[in-house]
Amino acid sequence: MKIKTVTEKVMNTVFFACGIVAIACVVIITGYMLYAGLPAIFKIGPAKFLFGTEWASTAAEPKFGILPFILTSVYGTAGATLIGVPIGLLTAVFLSKVAPKKLANAVRPAVELLAGIPSVVYGLIGMMVLVPFVAKTFNLANGTSLFAAILVLAVMILPSIINVSETALNAVPPEYEEASLALGATKMETIFKVSIPAAKSGIAAGVVLGIGRAIGEAMAVMMVAGNVANMPELFTSVTFLTTAVSKEMSYSAGLQREALFSIALVLFCFIMLINFLLNALLKHKKGGR
Amino acid sequence: MKPIITSKDLVLYYDTFKALRGISMEIPEKQITAFIGPSGCGKSTFLKTLNRMNDLVPGVRVEGEVLFRDEDIFAPSVDVTTLRRKIGMVFQKPNPFPMSIYDNIAYGPRLHGTHSRAELNELVETSLKGAGLWDEVKDRLKKSALGLSGGQQQRLCIARALAVQPDVLLMDEPTSALDPASTMRIEELMATLREQYTVVIVTHNMQQATRISDKCAFFLLGEMIEFGDTEQVFSMPKDKRTEDYITGRFG
Repeated sequence: MKIKTVTEKVMNTVFFACGIVAIACVVIITGYMLYAGLPAIFKIGPAKFLFGTEWASTAAEPKFGILPFILTSVYGTAGATLIGVPIGLLTAVFLSKVAPKKLANAVRPAVELLAGIPSVVYGLIGMMVLVPFVAKTFNLANGTSLFAAILVLAVMILPSIINVSETALNAVPPEYEEASLALGATKMETIFKVSIPAAKSGIAAGVVLGIGRAIGEAMAVMMVAGNVANMPELFTSVTFLTTAVSKEMSYSAGLQREALFSIALVLFCFIMLINFLLNALLKHKKGGR
Repeated sequence: MKPIITSKDLVLYYDTFKALRGISMEIPEKQITAFIGPSGCGKSTFLKTLNRMNDLVPGVRVEGEVLFRDEDIFAPSVDVTTLRRKIGMVFQKPNPFPMSIYDNIAYGPRLHGTHSRAELNELVETSLKGAGLWDEVKDRLKKSALGLSGGQQQRLCIARALAVQPDVLLMDEPTSALDPASTMRIEELMATLREQYTVVIVTHNMQQATRISDKCAFFLLGEMIEFGDTEQVFSMPKDKRTEDYITGRFG
């Protein structure tokens, strides 16, 4: 009896400690990002840093404007979402409502595999196949571009969108669909007018998750985007927030190094924002019914 | 009177299980026909066959024929969406869409090509009035249908079915999930519906069948044992098994 209560207490403490570890990590990371990232922003000047259009960190008179990176990340993510969401959503519909069970069971692991492929492999294939293809198709001297990055990111966010949307679609009560069919709706009408609207908050959560993945991706993007600090255009070489940090970190020093932490802080803020949005969506979903 | 639906030797299999064993009956127009029988007797299966909702169940196979206004509903030329528009259905559990009350009613008409605001407004009003719900919801048509009570939701589902102007309304135990007061309202409603529509109802509640139906069919183990005027079936059943069931000896 006594041993039992002791074990209970010990296990309670163990669980509590494990929970603390996770939370502590978040707190420490947040704290460190602020500590390491804020000083340079104020040294450079917040407006100059956030809205400066020129990044020349190693010039004799260095300039630290990260607007090109911010815009590239925003455009790149938006573009990937624009392409990835329709494809992902329709794949989810296919898996959940249209495909015969056997086929769905064959496609689903493939989608999961897509999520498991390391991003460096996406980058490699993008570099070897996609970049030359883009160069050839659009008659460019160099195919490394925002466009190539958008395509790679679009594929990379598919698994999150597909998995989460499919779960949401599967959770739509079959009674809704029956009611629609009984009113003389076709299967497609039922899917688009009843099932998808009923699953919309779950689908939105999947989309936001995909956006989070796209904006945080560094490796694959680094290999196909060209990494020049241009203001973003579809067919120019560009640098994302993530790659701005990773490409210079190894040889940076002084204010340049501090500024890289500031870039990471900006990225961190974006991710936090997306996470809050995601939580709000999921909470809304729970309270909705 | 000419029957609106005629079933001839209808046999239905779920994979290898023979759920209906040759059902033949004529359902009269503009009357209420009730199906009674113990659970698993095939009454719901038969009901769902009449508008081919059973098509959705994997492994279903049908033999025999069902004529709706002299046309075989299983013929390849039949458009099942048209059939379901003409033969509407109300389910056991109220299942309004997670949309506004207005959009629930307008869903069917919109599907079938009615988009004019004025026409839709009118259809929503007549359908809700037809289902006896108008006065309760006319001030909150734009509110979610999920905020209604169970009984109101079921009447909304009836209104939604009426909005596509069907000839027949199939009801699968429409009051079994409702409280007695809501049940009574729906029974009253059905009495008014029979003036315009043919109603076929599956019910577990024998008092309900006697209260509301004109004709009554007793099902047992996939067979239709007896079919006749409700009064006769309940007062002077021809078959011993019917008598045993309605007097509560089994089921």
